[in-house]
Amino acid sequence: MNHTTDFEKMERAAAVRKKAVTVITYVLLSLWAVMVLFPFYWMILTSVKEYGAYNSEYIPKLFTLSPTFENYISAFTSVPLADYFLNTLVFTVVTTAIMLFVTVFAAFAFARLDFPGKDLTFTLFLALMMIPNELVVITNYVTVTDLDLRNTFAGLILPSVASVFYVYLLKENFAQVPNELYLAAKVDGTSDLKFLFRVLIPICRPTIVTITILKVIECWNSYVWPRLAADEESHFLVSVGIQKIRESGFGRDNIPAMMAAVVVISVPLIVLFLLFRKKIMEGVSRGGTKG
Amino acid sequence: MGEKNLKGWLYLLPAILFLGAFMLYPLIDVLIYSFEEGYNFTSQTFHGVGTYNYSYVLHDPFFLQALKNTFILVIITVPLSTGIALLISVGLSSIKKLRELFQTVYFLPYVTNTLAVGLVFMILFQKTPYTDGFANLIIQFFGGQSVDFIDGPYWAKMFVLCFYTVWVVMPFKILILTSALASVRQDYYNAAMVDGTSRLRMFTKITLPMISPSLFYLVITGFIGAFKAYSDAVALFGTDLNAAGMNTIVGYVYDMLYSSGGYPSYASAAAIILFVIVLTITVINLLVSKKHVHY
Repeated sequence: MNHTTDFEKMERAAAVRKKAVTVITYVLLSLWAVMVLFPFYWMILTSVKEYGAYNSEYIPKLFTLSPTFENYISAFTSVPLADYFLNTLVFTVVTTAIMLFVTVFAAFAFARLDFPGKDLTFTLFLALMMIPNELVVITNYVTVTDLDLRNTFAGLILPSVASVFYVYLLKENFAQVPNELYLAAKVDGTSDLKFLFRVLIPICRPTIVTITILKVIECWNSYVWPRLAADEESHFLVSVGIQKIRESGFGRDNIPAMMAAVVVISVPLIVLFLLFRKKIMEGVSRGGTKG
Repeated sequence: MGEKNLKGWLYLLPAILFLGAFMLYPLIDVLIYSFEEGYNFTSQTFHGVGTYNYSYVLHDPFFLQALKNTFILVIITVPLSTGIALLISVGLSSIKKLRELFQTVYFLPYVTNTLAVGLVFMILFQKTPYTDGFANLIIQFFGGQSVDFIDGPYWAKMFVLCFYTVWVVMPFKILILTSALASVRQDYYNAAMVDGTSRLRMFTKITLPMISPSLFYLVITGFIGAFKAYSDAVALFGTDLNAAGMNTIVGYVYDMLYSSGGYPSYASAAAIILFVIVLTITVINLLVSKKHVHY
């Protein structure tokens, strides 16, 4: 009799402890979620506060009862935010497109074609993966300046195209496709090019989508090269533009308008992320950095 | 056969052109620059070959400041972010409800523009004549003195920089660690549970060894990433990092190249010093890991 109650007591204690651990876990996880979300909340909140109201709040308020879209209008009218946006869009699309073209053909050559010097070239490619961007940016800056390509899209885009890692990623994926398919296609007289576009690319679409998204994120957020390659506002990308806005746009104190610009810049990638959440997270765990 | 050869190279040609022009050539060139003394950017001439650029950089107070800042940043953020990420990932893998929501939220900083969101951190921490800022509100709530984190004392600025850096790098680490934790086979835990092993012991004897390759990968990429810190600092303190005393090594390289008027040889020397530091640390990491990582 006594034994059973003891056992029950122990079991109950264990259940309580388990519950406590679960509660603590949820509290801690929520705490970090708040840490992550708060800056986003703050930027949206500030962006809908009126300029006057914001500056009169010595103690910042955590909410606003009279939201205004004024700041978004001035973000597009008093600074060339739309231009920055358009530049970034062009830069991102063109860079990603050229990257895809270059990557697909290189990966195909490494995965399917035979030619002397292939292994050596591939090893060289892999070695290039270890080269930090900081080392090559200096010469690229000089090259682009010498070629008179500063403040042009060519100057912005060309040095940003190469991504050795994506060639590697796609080559591995191409190589997984059974060789029999290739040989069968050969027997049928299918050309390499046709095989690449009709068979390989459709089969490896997930990887291609992944590298496209990763490159888009990289382009949209890139700062160092765009800043070096362009010093005229006509060719600013959003990263450089927002820095310029911070230093001289709006008048330094118009924080709400600045935050409106920040929201506008952040929204496209967040939408992209929410649409392709699984793909992006899977892609980053396979090939992302920024850590 | 000849046609086949040509074809392979033809497919590779675009990649080779891009990589050759913008990676391979610059790599060689940067080494050459770093040994050309008195290089003049406009006339593209130099008057000697030697190690003067390196000694100039190593004696430049701005470089030493950048070196110090970078090392402090690395030493604080790498262990801190890896530790917190491990804690969060373990928490994440122990729950079922809301798990996906948490994972999605935690990943958000990865897809944000570092420069843009850095401005939000700036206004949260900045103290201006108009407002003390949100961070100071919290400090005052707990009875502390308000500090200007953006234009104030060195350690306050370093704190924000570390804070923001951790915030930015966390998504990647959480992602890698949660997938590592998910791949630990349940059998091990079941066996341990049958033996009545305590939770802590299970964690240190099963979980940690099983995820040690991923942890180690994060430490290496964390070191490399933190040594290259730059845009986070720009976002918080503006482009003139030397004036703010918050420059990083990478920032020094770019300033030498750009803001202070074009000294590619000093920039090259500094970039190569950075590369050597990162390489050394990575090699040390690899050696240490041989002892502690279980594959």
